[in-house]
Amino acid sequence: MADKSAGRSVIKGMGLPLMGNDIDTDRIIPARFMKCVTFDGLGAYAFFDERYDVNGDQKDHIMNDERYAEGSILLVNKNFGCGSSREHAPQALYHWGIRGFVGESFAEIFAGNCNSLGLPAVRVSREAIGKLMEICMANPSPVLTIDLKEGYVSAEGTAFPASLPEGYRRALIEGTWDVTQTLLEGSGEVDRKYRELPYLRGFT
Amino acid sequence: MGTNLFNKIWDLHRIRTLPDGMDQIFIGLHLLHEVTSPQAFRMLEQKELAVKYPERTFATVDHIIPTDSRSRPLEDPLAEEMLRVLEDNTRRHGIPFFGLDSEDQGIIHIIGPELGLTQPGMTISCGDSHTSTHGAFGAIAFGIGTSQVRDILATQTLALNRSRVRKIEVKGKLLKGVTAKDLALKLIQQLGVKGGVGYAYEYCGEAVSNLSMEERMTLCNMTIEGGARVGYVNPDETTFAYLKGKRFAPSGRAFERAEVFWKSIASDPDAAYDDHFVIQAGEIEPMVTWGINPGQAIGIDQRIPFPEDLSDDEAEVAEKAFRHMGFREGDPVRGRRIDVAFIGSCTNGRISDLREAARVARGMKKADHVRALVVPGSMAVDRQAKEEGLDLIFKEAGFEYRQAGCSMCLAMNPDKLEGNQISASSSNRNFIGRQGSPEGRTLLMSPAMVAAAAITGYVTDSRELWGEADGR
Repeated sequence: MADKSAGRSVIKGMGLPLMGNDIDTDRIIPARFMKCVTFDGLGAYAFFDERYDVNGDQKDHIMNDERYAEGSILLVNKNFGCGSSREHAPQALYHWGIRGFVGESFAEIFAGNCNSLGLPAVRVSREAIGKLMEICMANPSPVLTIDLKEGYVSAEGTAFPASLPEGYRRALIEGTWDVTQTLLEGSGEVDRKYRELPYLRGFT
Repeated sequence: MGTNLFNKIWDLHRIRTLPDGMDQIFIGLHLLHEVTSPQAFRMLEQKELAVKYPERTFATVDHIIPTDSRSRPLEDPLAEEMLRVLEDNTRRHGIPFFGLDSEDQGIIHIIGPELGLTQPGMTISCGDSHTSTHGAFGAIAFGIGTSQVRDILATQTLALNRSRVRKIEVKGKLLKGVTAKDLALKLIQQLGVKGGVGYAYEYCGEAVSNLSMEERMTLCNMTIEGGARVGYVNPDETTFAYLKGKRFAPSGRAFERAEVFWKSIASDPDAAYDDHFVIQAGEIEPMVTWGINPGQAIGIDQRIPFPEDLSDDEAEVAEKAFRHMGFREGDPVRGRRIDVAFIGSCTNGRISDLREAARVARGMKKADHVRALVVPGSMAVDRQAKEEGLDLIFKEAGFEYRQAGCSMCLAMNPDKLEGNQISASSSNRNFIGRQGSPEGRTLLMSPAMVAAAAITGYVTDSRELWGEADGR
């Protein structure tokens, strides 16, 4: 993903309130759009069936609202991204323009996928998300700030405590979310483990 | 205090603590399919990295393949391209591949156990959330995203946070005609679709010990639907008996030594857990979902809940479910007319599932208005079903008996619902649009319940269609 070289301590952008609990990854990107061998074109299909009816006409959806066309921080409720492990879901949202998530809670695999892509998915309280959504509904312009170092999300001068798993937080701040290189550094120990594991050495 | 299986396997596979505090974990078995892997191979090439241990990854094609014809090129050019890319990638990197022409092809979570690749004590990953299935053997098995597929290919390891462990004790015996699927749906209904986030589930208790391996796979498969990434059953004699003679399982003296290892990684009797949940098996009825997530489930004789009896969060999703499903609070599910019946998937596409469904369908005819499909989970399941004449039982009952694949579970192939059809499905997800039509509606239930619905045309208690001789 972009900005790979540097850490991302502070993410700013317009908030996009998307209400609802248990929004699954099939809704974020319907399976029929996963017939692809790259992630590049997925942005157009983010929330496709929620944004368009069967005739292809636009439905009433925040991502169809021109006033939010520049929105880049998705505000969600509980258990966002549950269901399928498809990385296509955060990829589709990233390619649509999303650069961060603020929500009450996230499904585990989705949160891990966001981390792999360098996208913060931070948790705030129910009251906080209610307030943040209210602010963004009333006025589509305010800039939201996710501050990972200080651990808050703010809008219009009000700050709300925000958290995410410590490993993810540090990876984002230090710009190390692409872990392949780090994992390769343990290669010698991995080879040793391969020789040691009972089921890989034929239980000898 | 003793140690539970999860922590034993975790510690056995831990390489080191990474600078950001996560653990680097060795992945003993990596499974691969066509949907979530092409981008991973591309990333690998961009990084100019090789596959570290190609012999520890096994691939098949399952999601996109048609279930009526296997002739190449596939009719859908996008599906053909995905298959071709997987063929190229596995060939180029020397990864064993069970392709369309292989007699071992099938849904990845069905063929892993069938071939004996899945074994107790392993860490197992696949770019697919239903990887939790393999926990049935007493393994830590979980779904991952494509970037993590890349990491396993390149390093055979992942960066992970350790889960907490919840012991789920199922006391007593399941009633006759109540299946592992019903137990799974009941647990999700009780604990919620997000109740398991951050947890691995250890299933235990009399009812779990009594489950066959295939039933344990169904139970573990559905774990992710309750938010937990990992679900497992401690390995026991049932597990060992299943593994004996499987192609990739140890044999002879090695099997005896393996058994010692497998027993050693089971949870200690005095193991510590982060949480403990108890449920009485005898109180569980055949379950049916009425909503848009697997937690929105009720017993066959119960009524759809009133939003005021639910928490605010659940009520919000219930209202959304009512709008999509066309159901109302207080409605029964029994008697609901269905359009399509689907028996298959990594949840319930094994031979025992087909046997259960065939027992209901034998000598019956499907309702005229129902389209009924039976899709075996693998070529091996298909062969066994044919040997037992199950395919004929289904065909005589008017069901379509098709070829192995994921099929209408997620409809990435031509098997799809149309319009707002209602499907009785033995699969795992009733999410909006899941079965291929944005307006389609899914009622999850066990294979026997799906077969019963296909016969009567309405949601039916399958126990009423069984003869007296069909005692469990």
